[in-house]
Amino acid sequence: MSGHDSPPTVGVSTGPATSLAYHTGTWRTERPVYVDLAPPCSLACPSGEDIRGWLGSTQEGEAGFEKAWRRLVAANPLPAVMGRICYHPCQTACNRASVDEEVGINAVERFLGDTALERGWALPAPAAQSGRRVLVVGSGPAGLSAAYQLRQRGHAVTVREAAAEPGGMMRYGIPAYRLPRDVLAAEIRRIEATGVRVECGRRVDSLDDALAEYDAVVLTVGAGVAHHVDIPAGAASKIVDAIDVLRDVASGHPPLLGRRVAVYGGGNTAMDAARTARRLGASDAVVVYRRTREQMPAHPTELADAVGEGVRVQWLSTISAVDGPRVTIERMALDTDGVPRGTGEFEELDADTVLLAVGQDADLSLLTDAPDVVVAEGVVQVDPVTLMTGRQGVFAAGDVSPGSRTATYAIGRGARAAKAVDAWLAPRVLPAEPVAREAGSDRLNPWYYSDAPKQHRSELEAARRVTGFEEVLAGLDAEHAVFEARRCMSCGSCFECDNCYGMCPDDAIRKLGPGMRYEIDYDYCKGCGICAAECPCGAIDMVPEVR
Amino acid sequence: MTTVHIPFLQTGTLAVGGRLLTEEERSVQSHADRPSSLTKGHRACQGCAEALAARWVMDTAVEAAGGKLVVANATGCLEVFSTLYPESAWKPPWIHSLFANAAAVATGIAASLHAQGRDDVRVLAQGGDGGTVDIGLAAVSGMFERNDDVLYVCYDNQGYMNTGVQRSSATPATARTATTPAVGRHPGQAFGQGKSMVKIAMAHEIPYVASATPADLRDLEAKVRIAMSIRGARYLHVLVPCPLGWGSASSASIALARAAVQSGIFPVVEARAGELTGVERIRERVDVSEYLRPQARFAHLFKPGGEDALERWRALAEANIRRYDLLGGAR
Repeated sequence: MSGHDSPPTVGVSTGPATSLAYHTGTWRTERPVYVDLAPPCSLACPSGEDIRGWLGSTQEGEAGFEKAWRRLVAANPLPAVMGRICYHPCQTACNRASVDEEVGINAVERFLGDTALERGWALPAPAAQSGRRVLVVGSGPAGLSAAYQLRQRGHAVTVREAAAEPGGMMRYGIPAYRLPRDVLAAEIRRIEATGVRVECGRRVDSLDDALAEYDAVVLTVGAGVAHHVDIPAGAASKIVDAIDVLRDVASGHPPLLGRRVAVYGGGNTAMDAARTARRLGASDAVVVYRRTREQMPAHPTELADAVGEGVRVQWLSTISAVDGPRVTIERMALDTDGVPRGTGEFEELDADTVLLAVGQDADLSLLTDAPDVVVAEGVVQVDPVTLMTGRQGVFAAGDVSPGSRTATYAIGRGARAAKAVDAWLAPRVLPAEPVAREAGSDRLNPWYYSDAPKQHRSELEAARRVTGFEEVLAGLDAEHAVFEARRCMSCGSCFECDNCYGMCPDDAIRKLGPGMRYEIDYDYCKGCGICAAECPCGAIDMVPEVR
Repeated sequence: MTTVHIPFLQTGTLAVGGRLLTEEERSVQSHADRPSSLTKGHRACQGCAEALAARWVMDTAVEAAGGKLVVANATGCLEVFSTLYPESAWKPPWIHSLFANAAAVATGIAASLHAQGRDDVRVLAQGGDGGTVDIGLAAVSGMFERNDDVLYVCYDNQGYMNTGVQRSSATPATARTATTPAVGRHPGQAFGQGKSMVKIAMAHEIPYVASATPADLRDLEAKVRIAMSIRGARYLHVLVPCPLGWGSASSASIALARAAVQSGIFPVVEARAGELTGVERIRERVDVSEYLRPQARFAHLFKPGGEDALERWRALAEANIRRYDLLGGAR
């Protein structure tokens, strides 16, 4: 392609002056300005991933996969794990839902995570040794995230884990049909390969001892102790904690639960326990939950999967007594405030085992010598910006501290704690996270995004699912992952579609080349606003002209 | 239809370009070194779709002709805003003579080039609806009838805009102009007047007739390329929203063209030798009000008493949809 700046000599008798001499930019009352806004997916991601960024690299296909993975692990060192277990609030927030279906971000994350494991990609090399030593207590998602981010910043990091294997709830709480253990182990090994030292079977009992040895401590002990309720129970009754069952199964010692199992509780642990009971041979697994479906804390996909595997749910019910295989259930009714109240109506249920899944508490025994570390409502209180506890140099993140109890939130808080520790060691002040301007769906021009439905991941057939601990959800292949990534609308950030450049009636936009985007020639731009109106992703603002 | 099909790459064929496209898949307008035949500094109003469409048409034609293109321009907005003496915003050789004779001038240029054995140089004539549908129709019809080797492009903004928005025979019914004020029992341009230049061109059974809008660049570029691949008389009719004459926001010009197509008001078609050969189907159907309401020239349709006229607009859309099968198998 060549420009044609000088006209051919055909038929031209005079050389006219050019209109370039006249600067139409003086007519402008508003000027278009390129902006980069935060997309709703990233704003919703508790791990703080640059989702638009790594989807953007994935769109390039094979050549972009490693770059995409590197952008991904900048925030989350466990993408193959989170690509399986994250409840993907990013997808709930995705603007594409208003066009056809939300982008399957989680499936692409898993694809990148699995591809990295297959090809043996290593995490980035850490910065030069800082000479500072940090202890991370607990090796769940918060601990591993904190350890990884601290190591990246050049600190010597030790993770101490009381259990025999690292991973916390990912290892002992989440069943293998959702998270195969080899995937978890491989991603943890990769963190260790950056120089993080993981010591299993080492419980930390004293904060004072830890601080004598280390410059800073990050508490990420999680919430692995089952919460208990008082239920009158006969001597022959079998009542066990759901979290213990999950732990035993994960440790290779599946318990005998019997043919009929009742699970008491309505969270994700209850769903995992019921689905696990089915896999351990229970023909009848009933979840007993005191409220309604709308109030259930379990993620809707977990509930749907459980029901799909034959788990029954008894709504608005509490267990009032257990005597041998007879479970007495009281029917509940919601009062005007939506609180469940006993109705005095009882019924009986047969259950060989009752699994309690009514919440989990943090094991805070290591804080017995630390009265300055404030504990309220069962969790360690921290400064909201720095995540530092009442003790100087002691930080907390994950389920042991306030906030949402999900792995993805734990990864985000672990990374935040690492930043805070790094700032505290320097020392420098850690600024609060900046408030970003969101690219809402009202900024988009969805006309330009062709209809392209989500690539659904195939699921194991329900009948086959309950017979074992095989992974339920399959991954995407490369072709489908790339297609899915390309469904990203790049909300609020130019992806070089050429609309502004091609549609300017005044030829007043310059195209700067691949990756360089565009430049507006304000000498000629009349400020008509077509570029902003026709920008698919809302990356152009019209700003009043001040002269 | 002539729409270029490319794989799904974040955006489809509706965007101008896209970073994931190969060189062959790119539109002319997406290239950093496109000809930009109508360059910066022209005096078209803010948001002028005619200036935009003229660059799109001309750039594609210049490319197709290997740079050897001569242009004859009728009097009208396009001529006035691009060539304020002594300046010109045109890069290809360009000539303006009279309001009525652009087609005749182009015919003469083509005949002269042919006589010189210079058939490699191609000829394009262009004008607005005034210079084409009204004042220049005799010359255009003659050029068609003789099958002269000229591509004639009409940029239809539905009125005499640079002289103060007077009606033309392309002004749609109910539109308010300086000469069809929105007063009386039937405000604006009367129903039952005007003519369809696309149908007139088809009736001449010339080799190629097509309509297009600035809401679909790929379709427009493809049609210009096809037209340039053919010898003889060819006609392209481009609807160009006019913020000044239509009373619309300068930023809305593309959106209005899109609404005109998606409501069924402006059929985007293609015909060879008088026979309809292609129709752009409606992708996401919208009501005619989506097209009419943003235009101040139709404001009276949305006041009490405007209901009947609005229904007649809906009937026009329905008639087009039936006649050209605009919905096809789509929604």
